[in-house]
Amino acid sequence: MLAEALAISAVLFTIGVIGVLTRRNAIIVFMCVELMLNAVNLSFVAFSKLYGATGQVFVVFVMTVAAAEAAVGLAIIISIFRHQETVNLKDINLLRG
Amino acid sequence: MGNEFLPLLYSFHFYLFGLLAIAAALAFVTRKSPVAAAMWLITTMFALAALYVMMDAQFIGVMQVLVYAGAIMVVFVFVVMLLNLGHPSEISDIRGKWGRLIAGFLGIALLAEILALTRDPMDLRLVVPVIPATVNGTGGIIGGVAGPLFREYLLAFELTSILLLIAIAGAVVLGRKRSAADAR
Amino acid sequence: MIFLSPQEPIVTGHPLADTVAQYVWLLPLLPLLGFVLNGALSMKAAAKTGPSDPSEAHHDAHGGAGADAHATHDAHVSHDDHHVVRHKYAGLVSLIGPGVLVAAFGLAIAIFAAMRSVDMAHPYVETLFRWMPVSDLKINVALQLDPLSMVMVLVITGVGALIHIFSVGYMQDDPGYPRYFAYLNLFVFFMLLLVLGANYPVMFVGWEGVGLCSYLLIGFWFSDKANADAGKKAFIVNRIGDFGFLVAMFLLFANVGTLDFSGIAANIDKLAAGGAVVTAICLFFFLGCTGKSAQIPLYIWLPDAMAGPTPVSALIHAATMVTAGVYLIARSSLLFSLAPVASLTVALVGGLTALFAATIGLKQWDIKKVLAYSTVSQLGYMFVGVGVGAYTAGVFHLVTHAFFKALLFLGSGSVIFAMHAAYHATHNHSDDAQDMRNMGGLKKHMPVTWILMWIATLAIAGIPVFSGFVSKDAILGAVFERAQGSTLAGSSLMGIPGSTILYLVYAFGLAAALLTAIYMTRMMLYTFHGPNRTGGEAESQLHEAPWIMTGPLVVLGILSAVGGWLNLPEFLPLGPHGVFDKWLEPVVGEATARVAAGGAALAPSTEQALIFTAVAIAIAGIAIAFVRLKPAALVPKKDAAPATGFAKVLEHKYYVDEAYDAAIVQPLVKGSKYILWKGVDVGIIDGLFVNGSALLARATGWIGSQLQSGQIGTYAWVLVLGVIALLGAFVRVH
Repeated sequence: MLAEALAISAVLFTIGVIGVLTRRNAIIVFMCVELMLNAVNLSFVAFSKLYGATGQVFVVFVMTVAAAEAAVGLAIIISIFRHQETVNLKDINLLRG
Repeated sequence: MGNEFLPLLYSFHFYLFGLLAIAAALAFVTRKSPVAAAMWLITTMFALAALYVMMDAQFIGVMQVLVYAGAIMVVFVFVVMLLNLGHPSEISDIRGKWGRLIAGFLGIALLAEILALTRDPMDLRLVVPVIPATVNGTGGIIGGVAGPLFREYLLAFELTSILLLIAIAGAVVLGRKRSAADAR
Repeated sequence: MIFLSPQEPIVTGHPLADTVAQYVWLLPLLPLLGFVLNGALSMKAAAKTGPSDPSEAHHDAHGGAGADAHATHDAHVSHDDHHVVRHKYAGLVSLIGPGVLVAAFGLAIAIFAAMRSVDMAHPYVETLFRWMPVSDLKINVALQLDPLSMVMVLVITGVGALIHIFSVGYMQDDPGYPRYFAYLNLFVFFMLLLVLGANYPVMFVGWEGVGLCSYLLIGFWFSDKANADAGKKAFIVNRIGDFGFLVAMFLLFANVGTLDFSGIAANIDKLAAGGAVVTAICLFFFLGCTGKSAQIPLYIWLPDAMAGPTPVSALIHAATMVTAGVYLIARSSLLFSLAPVASLTVALVGGLTALFAATIGLKQWDIKKVLAYSTVSQLGYMFVGVGVGAYTAGVFHLVTHAFFKALLFLGSGSVIFAMHAAYHATHNHSDDAQDMRNMGGLKKHMPVTWILMWIATLAIAGIPVFSGFVSKDAILGAVFERAQGSTLAGSSLMGIPGSTILYLVYAFGLAAALLTAIYMTRMMLYTFHGPNRTGGEAESQLHEAPWIMTGPLVVLGILSAVGGWLNLPEFLPLGPHGVFDKWLEPVVGEATARVAAGGAALAPSTEQALIFTAVAIAIAGIAIAFVRLKPAALVPKKDAAPATGFAKVLEHKYYVDEAYDAAIVQPLVKGSKYILWKGVDVGIIDGLFVNGSALLARATGWIGSQLQSGQIGTYAWVLVLGVIALLGAFVRVH
């Protein structure tokens, strides 16, 4: 069961990565990151079945961080949208050196 | 329904939810509309919640539905609506053919590596402290998670509360509409 | 003992240890205190009145408008400044400036009295603090009292105090009054450090310090470019000499292992007599002397130094600083006595300078320029004295020269003061207040100055009983004596026997004495005698300087007249003989004896013949001047025809400045401009190194910045590639 769960986790994670690479909509990219976090959570839960409750504790932490990240990240996106009228990553290059 | 069918039934549901999660995830990354994508992602999360429950992590499964699907994704959808981005943009936000192809190759390479690593016999016992997930303990299902959370990981737990506080403050500051006087 | 001192002074059992001499550190400290106070007052005044307030501008010492008001007395610049107001702190400064000098002189007298009553076989060294304790090199800031430094201290503080007092009158209306006294006090501090230092490095600090003050005071009226240029010239020319001083110190340390005067005396046998090392050391020291004491070939800065205020010329460029070279050789007499070749060089250069400068002095029209060349010439005499091993005679001439040359300069200052005041009162801004052709007949208006200047002139010309006669005669006598038999006469310089060179130097000295008498009398005749050429209205305005200026002149006049009593030769039946010789015996006795070895004292008849010759020449010089020069025929500067022939050459100082300019300055400037500036600096340094490295950094930065596209998508791609690479490193192929 562990192997299957890890495989599913790996596939989901890879889908998230591909989403980050191919999408340019900031919100969707953000959601892809959430998908990657979920994939990792699945691994944690799977391992916790084998090794104990620590994995589940970590899932709680990941969720907390994800919530915080969503709050700040979305606030940033709103802020950028107010300035640039877009959430397309192609048009957002404030960090250009 | 005899006990001999239980593993089979379990396996069937496990694969069912696993495939559902993957399928919903694939649908999620391919949707052009952000709202549709969000809906498919929520589907993935529900499927994952089912998997958690099946792996004796009932509390986490509940949290997944409540926090992830119920709170975080709602915020996403809310932002999408707020910014009026619900319709697919006229210029596609998906990269071109070559971009998708290379991304796919990279994804396959990554997947292969991860799977190769999970096959690797690594003794994780050495790095992870073993705290038995007691389902039938005194604290019940929640106690299995709450015990370590408030004992071994108390400091980390308190720190996450500070993290959340900071995130709230940051979100408020960033999301506030700036007045002309502040805009200097 | 002093607050700086971490350790007790290394004085054990010296008879001076418990006397007033233990306060020797106060000697330099007093002028330093004066410098600090006056400098603070100067800055405070400058901070108060800014150039933004035009009505206050003439108070301002440093402001642009205030600098215009400087030309009260001395300068060639003419300005209409009828609003001369004394500096707001003038009263305080007049007390502090000369006050610290008088106090220092009092202390010097007290130490002198204490020193007279004890046996000064060994110098009294007072270590203040350790300065450079590095491995073998142990240099302390230490002061040394011995008869030689005592003489110098008395001259510096005594003559210095008189000149400070004179300055109170001379500079009274100058807007930079406190600054002037600050510089002057600082000069005295460094000069005292120079003569009191117990080792060469401390002496060198004083040596450099007086150079700095000289620069500051020559360019005191710096708003006039010529003055600033003169200051720079003095500073740069002196650098060449300082290089020699430094090299000599390095050689000395490398070969003897110490730089203390007493340490060198104790280890003098490490240097082979007449060897190349000691000769090199002495020659490098002498290079330093030619810079500081204005000898050929580095004398050119001294005449230009007359751009400074006249009391500065008297103190720094006649009485004290320029004699530092003579002091240095007297202080290093042990070394020079071991190097006959170097000593002969010193004597020869001194003799040449004495004659050369005297000829130029014959045809100068600027009263201060005459005195400047006279100073160069007299310094040459001193070097002849110390060169031939007559260290006492050289130092003695230094002392008497300080008296009469300070008097001459201050007297000329008094004349210029009167001339300038007269021109100022009559709104004459075109005529030169320092040109003798514009003077004449001043004895009627300035009788005190006239008499005192004549005393000084007779002294410098070498008329008997006046101080200059005694000291100059001692030098010439010593040259003759050494020529007849000494270690110098026995050695040779560039193949010429030493005795020949010494006779030559003697001839130079006699010729210079004749010329000295002529040009000094010429100066007196043109300035004070004959008809007045100032111009009718201005003549009525001429008057004697105030008592605060004539007072010091009178004191110096008395000293110039009777200074010779300090060291009367045997044959004069007037008082105690050879006081000065006996006084300096502990310092230079050994060296003098070594140089004189193999010779005999002159027979009385020879000595009398020499003296008769010298006196005859001096009188002849004065007589020639009186007979040949016709002050009545002189016309004011603006009507004068340009000189022709050899007179023109002399008036242009043999074109030495022009020759130096063509031979050294111009090639240097051209080389600097076209090779160093345009080629090396602009091309290689700026082009290749500065701009090149900037370009390299910019190119690297540009490449780096191209990576930072700001496209998060690109970053994600790179990140994933990195992750794949990292994970790949963990994958083991089974």
